[in-house]
Amino acid sequence: MAKKHLVIDPITRIEGHLRIEAIIDENNVVTDAYSSSTMFRGIEEILKGRDPRDCGLLAMRICGVCTGTHYQRSIEAVEHAFNVTIPKNARLVRNLVQGALYLHDHIVHFYHLHALDWVDITEALKADPKKTVSEAQKWAGLSGNRPWNASEDVYATVQERVTRYVKQGRLGIFGNAYWGSKGFKLTPEQNLIGLSHYLDALEIQRELGKMMAIFGGKNPHPQSFVVGGVTCVQDIKNPARIAEFKQILKKGREFTKMAYLPDVYMAGTMYADEALEGIGGGLGNFMTFGDFNQDDLPFYESSKLFPSGIVMNKDLSKVYEVDQTKITEDVTHAWYEGETNLHPYEGETKPNYTGFGKNENNIAYLDTENKYSWIKSPLYDDERMEVGPLARMIVGVAKGDERISKYVTTFLKQGNLPTKVLFSTVGRTAARAIETELMADVMMEWVDELAANVANGDLSTWTEFDFDTVSADAEGFGMAEAPRGGLGHWIKIKDGKVANYQAVVPSTWNAAPRDYKGRLGAYEASLVGTKVANPDQPLEILRTVHSFDPCIACAVHIIDTNGKELGVYKVDPIGGTSRA
Amino acid sequence: MIDSAEMVKKVFTQKSGRVETNKGDEYYNELFDSAKERLSSLRAQEPLKDIDLMDVIDSEGVNRRDFMKWVSATTATLMLPPMFAPLVAEATELMNRVPVIWIELQDCAGNSEALLRSAAPTVDDLLFDVLSLEFHEALQAAAGHDADRQLEEAVHHFKGDYLLFVEGAIPMANEGRYGTIGASGETFHDHLQRMAKDSAAVVAVGTCATFGGVPAAAPNPTGAVGVMDLVKGKPIINIPACPANPANMVGVVLHYVLTGQVPELDSLLRPKFAFGYRIHDNCERRAHFDAGEFVEEWGDIGAENNWCLYKVGCKGPMTFNNCSIVRYNEGTNWPVGVGRGCIGCSEPDFWDKYAYERPMANANIKAPTGGVEKTVDEFGLGLLTATTVGIGVHAIGSAIAGKKSDEGEE
Repeated sequence: MAKKHLVIDPITRIEGHLRIEAIIDENNVVTDAYSSSTMFRGIEEILKGRDPRDCGLLAMRICGVCTGTHYQRSIEAVEHAFNVTIPKNARLVRNLVQGALYLHDHIVHFYHLHALDWVDITEALKADPKKTVSEAQKWAGLSGNRPWNASEDVYATVQERVTRYVKQGRLGIFGNAYWGSKGFKLTPEQNLIGLSHYLDALEIQRELGKMMAIFGGKNPHPQSFVVGGVTCVQDIKNPARIAEFKQILKKGREFTKMAYLPDVYMAGTMYADEALEGIGGGLGNFMTFGDFNQDDLPFYESSKLFPSGIVMNKDLSKVYEVDQTKITEDVTHAWYEGETNLHPYEGETKPNYTGFGKNENNIAYLDTENKYSWIKSPLYDDERMEVGPLARMIVGVAKGDERISKYVTTFLKQGNLPTKVLFSTVGRTAARAIETELMADVMMEWVDELAANVANGDLSTWTEFDFDTVSADAEGFGMAEAPRGGLGHWIKIKDGKVANYQAVVPSTWNAAPRDYKGRLGAYEASLVGTKVANPDQPLEILRTVHSFDPCIACAVHIIDTNGKELGVYKVDPIGGTSRA
Repeated sequence: MIDSAEMVKKVFTQKSGRVETNKGDEYYNELFDSAKERLSSLRAQEPLKDIDLMDVIDSEGVNRRDFMKWVSATTATLMLPPMFAPLVAEATELMNRVPVIWIELQDCAGNSEALLRSAAPTVDDLLFDVLSLEFHEALQAAAGHDADRQLEEAVHHFKGDYLLFVEGAIPMANEGRYGTIGASGETFHDHLQRMAKDSAAVVAVGTCATFGGVPAAAPNPTGAVGVMDLVKGKPIINIPACPANPANMVGVVLHYVLTGQVPELDSLLRPKFAFGYRIHDNCERRAHFDAGEFVEEWGDIGAENNWCLYKVGCKGPMTFNNCSIVRYNEGTNWPVGVGRGCIGCSEPDFWDKYAYERPMANANIKAPTGGVEKTVDEFGLGLLTATTVGIGVHAIGSAIAGKKSDEGEE
């Protein structure tokens, strides 16, 4: 059997538009993979010329998922440029809003965007509800917890609800999936646990969204951050608000400990072979910018909940410090002119859309020898990097951070898993769950800290500054962590207006195409070596790509254009393009 | 916590309410009869989903109480008198007779995220029992060719019957090549036209799909436009806001189920039930505006006391939407609640006209003539082309605007 060229477009259950092409050999093993983003908006160009105080609201719309993170990075970049430090209440509110985003986002990712790569819904219908209860107890018991919402009745009701779908032959959002694939490894009872928690998590995430709304006004797209602080002074003054926040947080924490972690143990154990083989491990270079300020110094000097750092080649014995001046972007394989390798402050981007390559049977294939994505290839000190929860956990452990090490070690010990499982698709998914538990615990401390600070009479939420003076000529950056990885916004300000704006986002690092040396991006590298049970149902490819929590709209918004009219293209009726 | 259902009901039913709800008995009686007929014909149709929502609701007493409470609030939201409540309940039950296909174009998924936060009905009911959601990229299991097949099947099966929800703008520069989808590399524009062709109506959800939104903000590098600029020959309903409120998404479907028609729309194709009045008209801080009490800068005495946010840039007086009543995340809060003010996100070009921290009187754009309680169609477009005073005059009435308002009076 010859090699096969798979095209998966759209990659669903993500944010944005992503295409993956993979070459598989006669043994159905991926030998080559290409990651492409097919949508472009040009948000930095839109930010140019605006008042820097207004950037946060617009930059936030880079993404409807990590919305609050872009918001905060943009505002921090301006604060950095203006040399403004925010008051304690503002720091705590921002931490709580971001923390709420982490909890919400990770849970939605695992259950609604990722779980269907592990859980076979149709198999769940064959499960014995009674046995399912003891199965759930087993996995929750590993960390000394009772299982979430586990009873024979609950499981039977879930089965009944979904059976109605299956019987009608119209599966709605569950339709046309890879059900029955050999790539699924859970038992019927385990599948039923997953399905049941999928439904429970729909309600939980709705609740968790309210946490952001309490101090942010709404979710998605909160609205209470301003340059210099936050505006929600009424809400932090109100003990009922604080109590409501805490109540939802408690529920989210319980769900994390009683459902999310046990389910990751369950999946991790059942897919342990792949994890031990390192399937999906990818680049092995991990970078994190650090996040969640623990004191009231300016954010770039403050100590962090997640420390920044870089680990190369899976070597935990050495951690390199992050130096933002070493970040550059390359466009050899991206739809832009030139082969620039410039720092974001100097970054230039001239769109040069060259379309797809060959077109056969109404399938347009990427022109992988040349340009094939709207995403650039960012480099750190001329190296390719993976960012995300796994990077945060690995750097935390390698740096000897006590809290992170404790959570990671406990997780591995309770699940009876060796450290090396982390360098895999399973590990990437596990790291996110570990982080969620840590976050839920630490947020409890932050809420109390906020309440105590307000009770002591500190109501300050904003630091005054003289806009005309500080905005005459300034530059700054905001660099921290979105749930899916390191996120940086860079701004140059002249005469009160934005002169230049660049963002380099998590999915630019992870979803990037090859670079000028032909080295693979993080998604691409992670797919090589993956065995696909059935090439017509590339479940394993989806599972690995989803483990990064792709969020593609942001990766392409970051690119600025020079706004000029581009070349003229002729659209061929079956989808290919040729230059007119 | 504010009970949003109660609040909605109160605002729409109180005598002094600033929202005009009464269209006269004749109108309502006629509508009532046609809705009844419509629902019985829907009930006679073969269900897409053989799920009896009432069974689901009856299985728990508390659920039914919540449901009836929701029904009465929703009846009010749709600007219908209480006699319609039983019909709204029935329409909810029959919502799954109307298939929904949801596509994403030049978007950030914010509206999909908002849909996931729906509390009315709750999102799991919405996905599994209430809506017949046939295709939704961010939520569905299938990917690649199988996702395409899912879409093809849905379009084929429900030809002429489905509501097409569109999230995101459409890039038209560079022959539409700034956005492609599927293995064939179809442009967003072609994809939209193909999906719209066989739909019963197109619902543009969020400000990107309605008016171009973020990508269309100046200088609009990709030539982004909204759905109504492209789709012709189909009823179009715009549900703007960034993101759109899920209550309004459900409201539109419900209205369609109830009447078989698109709801009454304003000149910007927005349903009047949700966009027929301004944020300002029902704002919790309105009394402070009238009293001339303003937040002057973040964190000041006004901020600590919930005063009006106009002077720090609130665009509530120019923005048509029901968020001051419905709020977000089950009534948990809203932007004016957290002391930031409205950025006008349900208005065309709001990024270029409203989304800044200075009051209108300080900006180059002038608010419209004609008092504060006018409807959008009375001065709607005047608002956008920016004529004269408006807020300046009102602010003088509040004895507060001083020098700023002078600039407003031309």
